[in-house]
This record gives sequence, C-alpha cells and structure tokens, in this order.
Amino acid sequence: MGKTLFEKVWDSHTVVAKPTGPSLIYVDRHLIHEVTSPQAFDGLRMNHRMVRRPDLTIATVDHNVPTNNRSLPILDQTSAVQVQTLEKNCRDFGIRLFDINSPNQGIVHVIGPQLGITLPGTTIVCGDSHTSTHGAFGALALGIGTSEVEHVLASQTLWLEKPKPFEIRIEGKRRDPCAVTAKDIVLSIIKNIGTGGGTGTVVEYRGQGITDLSMEQRMTICNMSIEAGARAGLIAPDEKTFDYLRDRQYTPKNYDLLVESWKEHLKSDNDSKFEKQFTLHIGDIAPQVSWGTSPEMTCDVTDSVPSPDDFAKGDDNQKKGAQKALDYMDLKPGTPITDIRIDRVFIGSCTNARLEDLIEASRVVKGQKISPNVRAMVVPGSQMVKQQAEEMGLDKIFTDARFEWRESGCSMCLGMNPDILAPGERCASTSNRNFEGRQGTGGRTHLVSPVMAAAAAIEGHFVDVRDWI
Amino acid sequence: MRPFSPVKSIVTPLDKVNVDTDQIVPKQFLKLVQKSGFGKFLFYNWRYDKDENKKDDFVLNDPKFDGSNILVTGDNFGCGSSREHAVWALQDYGFAVIIAPSFADIFFSNCIKNGILPISLEPPVVKRLQSETGPIKVDLENQNVITPLETIPFEIDPHKKRTLLEGLDDISQTLQFEEDISEFERNSTVPSVL
Repeated sequence: MGKTLFEKVWDSHTVVAKPTGPSLIYVDRHLIHEVTSPQAFDGLRMNHRMVRRPDLTIATVDHNVPTNNRSLPILDQTSAVQVQTLEKNCRDFGIRLFDINSPNQGIVHVIGPQLGITLPGTTIVCGDSHTSTHGAFGALALGIGTSEVEHVLASQTLWLEKPKPFEIRIEGKRRDPCAVTAKDIVLSIIKNIGTGGGTGTVVEYRGQGITDLSMEQRMTICNMSIEAGARAGLIAPDEKTFDYLRDRQYTPKNYDLLVESWKEHLKSDNDSKFEKQFTLHIGDIAPQVSWGTSPEMTCDVTDSVPSPDDFAKGDDNQKKGAQKALDYMDLKPGTPITDIRIDRVFIGSCTNARLEDLIEASRVVKGQKISPNVRAMVVPGSQMVKQQAEEMGLDKIFTDARFEWRESGCSMCLGMNPDILAPGERCASTSNRNFEGRQGTGGRTHLVSPVMAAAAAIEGHFVDVRDWI
Repeated sequence: MRPFSPVKSIVTPLDKVNVDTDQIVPKQFLKLVQKSGFGKFLFYNWRYDKDENKKDDFVLNDPKFDGSNILVTGDNFGCGSSREHAVWALQDYGFAVIIAPSFADIFFSNCIKNGILPISLEPPVVKRLQSETGPIKVDLENQNVITPLETIPFEIDPHKKRTLLEGLDDISQTLQFEEDISEFERNSTVPSVL
C-alpha cells in the first residue's frame, strides 16, 4: 500500500522506531521565541548540556514586543527581561537571533517561509501551536511545549506518537475569491468538524480549492489546523511552492536539485489510505464571522447569532458552552451578524498579516475612512512585510483611512504586549482565537478575514464584503 | 521529575468543555522566565474579578475543594496554545491527576513531561466522578480509579506510564541513542540554515 505525504515525511525522519509506543523523530528546523524558551535553556544549563545543532535553530522576538516606535526601550519590565533573556541564551549557545532591530524580525511563522528557512519535506518544530503554518510547504510542522523545546535543543529529536492521517478535501471554486478568502475556508472547516475534530491527526488539505490558492493563502489554512485540534496540517508542494521559496535569503544553494527530488517524492500515493476524511464544497460559501468564544462558534455573515439549542444540536455540554459564550460576548440569539457593532479592528497575526492579506484589505480601505467609533490597527507580520507594503504605498492607504500602521509582532492576537482590548470592547480580528480574554481581559473577539475586518472598520459593524468588492 | 505516586483526594469538578490554555493561564502571566509559582495564576480570570476579589461562583474558590489533587473536567481539555505554563500552573496549584473525556494533543504531552497524569474516560463515567463528594484513589501502577462504589480501569501507553512512575528524564534517555542520531545526521540531505 502507498503512503500519504505525512507518512513519507514521518518515515524519512524516524531515527528510532519501536514496535509500539513513540518513535524518535529528527527535527530539521527549530524555531524559538522569547516566551516558551527561557525555561528550556535553564534546563540545559542545570544539566550541563549544549545545543546540539545551533545551525538548525533560529530565534526571533515576536510575542511580547511592542509595535510602536522601535527606537524606544520596552517599557514593560517583565517583557524586557524575557527579550533580554532570549538574547543572552542565543549568545551563550551560539544561536542566530533576529532581534527587535533586525530587518528579518517578525512573527516566527511569517519569517520562516519568507526567509526560505521553511522547506518542503522537512520537520519543523516551535514552542508555539501555530507552527502548523509551515505545513503549507509540505513540511511536517508541529507546535510543542517548553519541555520538548529543551529536548530538541539538546538532542535535535523528539519522541512522538504517530498521528493518524486525515484528508480534508476542498472542492469547487469560490464564486467571489476576492471576498471569500482562505480564512473563510478554514473557519468553515472548523465550524463543521469542531475544535476537537482533528485531535490525534495530521491533516492533509487537498483538492482544487487548495491547489487554486496562493502560498500565503495556503499558510492561512494550515495555520488554523490547530484550531481544529490537529497535530499539524500540510499541503503537497507544487510549482507555486517551489517558486515562492526560490531566491530567498536562506534558500539552499542546491535548490533546483532539491526541487527535483521534492517533485518526485512529496505527494500522497494514489493507493495511500487516510484514516479520516472530510470534504468541503466551497462553491457557495459565504464570508465567515465567529460569534462565540471558540473558533467552532462561527457562522455565515448572512446568518443571525444562533440560540444555544440550535448550536448544540442536542448536546448538553455544548449548549452550556454556547450559553456561556453568548453571555461573555453579550450577544442575543437571533441578532443578525451584520447588526453587531464593533469598537476595534485588528489586522495582523500569523494567520493573516502577510503581504497579500494587507493588499486585499487595502483594496477595501482605499479612499475610505474608518467609522468614527472604531479604532483600527494594521500590524504587519514581519519587518519585511512592512517594508514591502510601504514600497507599494499600502501604509499610506491605511493611515489615510485612519488605521494605525504598526511595527511587526504577534500584537493583539494574544495581547502580551501593550496592544490589548479594554474590558467589554468588541473587535473584528484577523487572528486565530476568540477565546475569553484572549485579546485583553473582558475583550470580545470576532474572527474574520482581512477584507471583512477592513469593511467592518469602515462601517462600524459587520457587513457582507461580497457587496463591496 | 518526581516519580508519580498514588493519589487519594477529593475531586474538583470543572464542568466545562473545550477549556483552552488561555483560560488555564492567561497571557499576562507568560512573561516569567522560570517554571515555579504559576499556581496563583491558575484560571485567573475565572477565579478573580477585575479588582482581584475572588469570584464566589467559581469552583476553585469553594473551600470544600481545598487541597484537592484531582481535577475532573470536560471534553477537549487544554486546547489552543501550546503554553506549558498551563501545566506548571495546574501542578503548582496541587493537581496531580486530570480526568476528562478527551485532551488536546500538545497539552496531553506537556502533562506527561511534568509528571501530571491525564486520564481519558467515557463521558458518563466522567459525569459520575464529577459528583463524587468523598475522596477517590488513582492508582497508576494498576491503572485504576477507585471510588467507594466502583473501580474504573483506564488506558495509558506503557512508555508514558513508565516515564511517570519512574520520573524519568526524557533527555538522558534520548541521549542513549546518540549513535543513531549521529548516523541519521550523516545521511540527511537537509541543508543547514546557512
């Protein structure tokens, strides 16, 4: 029997396999950042261990860095200590760091692909659950905890239980690809299979609805695999993949040779078997808006807020969860989504802060002004994205519309830096999680695409962006 | 890591599904550079109001459950962020065992690495355990949860069981495979990040 793409990458990275239990898997790329690494380095020091492969390890600061003026010191002392700790750890252990002043600084999942560090068929890990993003290139990319970060630093390997392959087919063509985006596709998937739907699996996204997407759109899809509970998500590489990675700063010198080998090997065999399967037809899907406190609590922009009974479909626990979510979000069942007014707009995060996202949002914003009741910010995913956007004049389009144009970082996706919602504030956000308090204690998050966020900023409430573009 | 020893304790029932790690430890507490002292931040936004007063309606604030070492909760516990701080907080607070119908993958792995035992049981069994008022026992060696009325067997991967029971240091185990790792590296065609 043939193998799936995931199984091929898994098998080619197995150092030790036992008849039962976990396998020892080799890690080709280890990305680290300031929040989940300090305790790992402490562990190394305590046990007099070195970093086995500093040449396969890359660090940046993204989670808690301020996104205002970079020439100022970090005011929050605990954040500053965390950033300094990473700097010291990288110095002591010989790891390349893209620090706060580096032109390569940015959200770790934005800079990996942009710099050509992410490669097809490789294994990539990072102490961050959105590592699944890199799967868009046909890599097996896993989010890990801090103990595992320490394990990889020391041994360049991980003990892993083999997840099950899960095929998600995206069929059909979007009727309006400018208004219905990759974000809407992935939110639709999560709405359908639930936040635990992918637990214990690695998803391979396939079908015309996937091959039609650009690399940056594919990253949006793979990024949110974790929101469906999957261990990772990946997409077989094709010409778009190979073109995207060619001539990047860290693209390997023998790139064309590698491409030949990737073309031959990196796809699921016709006779391979997936243990789980789900198909989404995207011909008719609408822009999506989350209404609750879990990414599965999502509906079409043309819908109304559901009642807990409608959402739960007979499951008592889900009903309780939905009621609690509605209370937290201060929403009443039956309210049309387009009647929900917003206070804030956040265009950013490892899900939706790449150049294409900003270009798409800028088309909606151009020549408009945001609603006087809304505060809106654009936080580019990396310094490189920021610079490219500025070269195209996008910053001007956003600032003319009264958006704030910021420096790069994770920012208000998780609110570890000063960019947070005030209690009760409601935000249209291009990020990935609408958990309680995620963007600030008491803050209310609605997950949407960049074009939906941009349109909401202008109108002050959600609108069906299909009527706009 | 300390070896896991049998636990006897009353249970803390947390009747919620899809509890994410942002709820277990909110992000404002992720800035510490050590592993200790996270217990006071556990479920912070559910435990305290904005003036840092305890909220009466949250289970951890009910003195009845003081000193409990067993958390019994809902489906897909620990979903979302990979932050191991969530596990450090549960452990520092005093939880040694977490029982739920299912766990998120990264959270499950983080538990094992820190010596917390996550047990998956069928939803009706979990429901019953949530209403247990007296102490129950968790015996990892024999893979049983024991209440006054029943003995409930549970599954665990033998490798993970051994890791917990012996309190094994994963890394020193792995470094015994040094030869295999080196050989893999010699044969690898993946270039360094130059």
